[in-house]
Amino acid sequence: MTRTVRLQEIASARSGDKGNRLNLVLVCRDPAHYDAVAAQVTTERVAQVFAARKPTHVVRYDLPKLAAFNFVLDDVLEGGVNASLGLDGHGKSLSFLVLDIPVEIAAETSRRSIRGTVS
Amino acid sequence: MAKVFIGAAAGFAGDRSDAGVPIVDVLAAQSGQRFLMYETLAERTLALCQLERRQNPQRGYSPALDRMLPPVLARCLAAGIKIIGNFGAANPASAARRVEEMARSLGVRWPRIAAVEGDDIAGKLSASDLASRMVDGVDLARAREILSANLYLGAQPIAQGLEQGADIVVTGRVADSALALGPLMHAFRWSADDWDRLAAGTLAGHLLECGAQVTGGYFADPGYKDVPELAEVGYPVAEVDETGEMVITKPEGTGGVVNRLTVIEQLLYEIHDPSAYVAPDVVLDLTNVEVAEIGKDRVRVSGARGRPAPETLKATVCVDGGFLGEAEISYAGPNAPARAQLAAEVVRARVLRRVPHLNVRVDAIGIRSVWGAASATTDLRGAQTDDVRLRFAAESSIASDVEILLDEAEALYCAGPAGGAGVRRRITPRVASASCLIERRFAEPRVTMLGTPT
Repeated sequence: MTRTVRLQEIASARSGDKGNRLNLVLVCRDPAHYDAVAAQVTTERVAQVFAARKPTHVVRYDLPKLAAFNFVLDDVLEGGVNASLGLDGHGKSLSFLVLDIPVEIAAETSRRSIRGTVS
Repeated sequence: MAKVFIGAAAGFAGDRSDAGVPIVDVLAAQSGQRFLMYETLAERTLALCQLERRQNPQRGYSPALDRMLPPVLARCLAAGIKIIGNFGAANPASAARRVEEMARSLGVRWPRIAAVEGDDIAGKLSASDLASRMVDGVDLARAREILSANLYLGAQPIAQGLEQGADIVVTGRVADSALALGPLMHAFRWSADDWDRLAAGTLAGHLLECGAQVTGGYFADPGYKDVPELAEVGYPVAEVDETGEMVITKPEGTGGVVNRLTVIEQLLYEIHDPSAYVAPDVVLDLTNVEVAEIGKDRVRVSGARGRPAPETLKATVCVDGGFLGEAEISYAGPNAPARAQLAAEVVRARVLRRVPHLNVRVDAIGIRSVWGAASATTDLRGAQTDDVRLRFAAESSIASDVEILLDEAEALYCAGPAGGAGVRRRITPRVASASCLIERRFAEPRVTMLGTPT
């Protein structure tokens, strides 16, 4: 049995920039979800949610000891903070683009890892 | 095992000026070697400071210095807490003199101040020399003028300043993480080829360099990731032992949270390949790092590995980036999206006639903005909102071209659709930048001491 949740329910994310390149950190709240996220939040899936920004290259670095992933997307910041005409040249808001991805997880997952204050 | 304590009171030039006070309370209560670091030097800041120095040779240090040091300087000197900051920007020597003046006006003991210089390479390499070494960013070969060119120096000159008895070390451009690694190399006498320890110190610096971003800042998402008392978020303190293992924590009684997620988010922030984070002193491998919650707001970080320092040093080169113009106007109430749509069409038509080559971006804040422009073909009229803020933006090397857009947006007041309100407009000079890789022989770090030994 599985059920579908938004990534925001089971993971945490932060994005930052270097020029026109975006780095996006994704951390599973519960390391038990690592494999499910690894299987579903692929570079292809992330490239798809960024399609409007036409990434030229997407890489995912896996950090199993941290239950985390580091995505690097090239050329998605409209030239970066020194060139973009947009409001978010740093791409700081873009972590939430990824957190909106739906993922399937095992249905019996404990409540603690789903939501609420992390400690 | 003796621990070294490093607090971080600023993660950028616009950070809170009072963030250092609770950290100083914590550090003052500890014995052993204690340091307070400030990272205040964005790329753009350094270029602007360079321009300021050209106008006045006594200036060109970070304006954050005057805002951030006075709340902590007297207590740090009294308690023996050393301060490390890249406040020096384009003029570390002047920043050091400014700190002396500050100490004098506060009536505290005369501090010994080290100024770290030698990052400025604008006089050593021409635009074409730099262009041939660039790896990323704006095309330097086509730049009209180099505003600034600065290498990222490493931790050794900072450690050297501390060896010479500095109470305060002010630097220009150094790797942000060096602001922590320098004190650690000094305190533990780590050698310059002890790669795993240098990697651990670099990791400590990386976790600290954005201030509250590791203690619950830039993290809260109500209902998903709640953070207590964010308004009074505590800034971080790292407790580092001789092996390089560290605990990240924050002052008791402050807001915020330090947990596995806050630490891992910051651990990988602005990192590309986690197995090779290149710093001036070492190449840091994060792939075996482990993060463990060992108490309330206490997270242990271990397992950093290092490889030999790179052959080249990164430099940031800034050039004139022209002008960014932005203007905004609001439409509210019934039919607001249709009126906003008409306003956008009016401005586009006027600008197309007056400055045909100007590329104008239109955002409809409340409908479509941060994640993409409301393009010329987007129809706003179907949007379900009664509150739209239109934003127009354009850039040009010619300020007057950008002004035409701003004038046309403002003219919507009387000549645009009904109910246009709250125009704000501004024009901002831009700095564009490129990254270069520079041979180490061009780096000549110098440490100059001010003040007398105590």
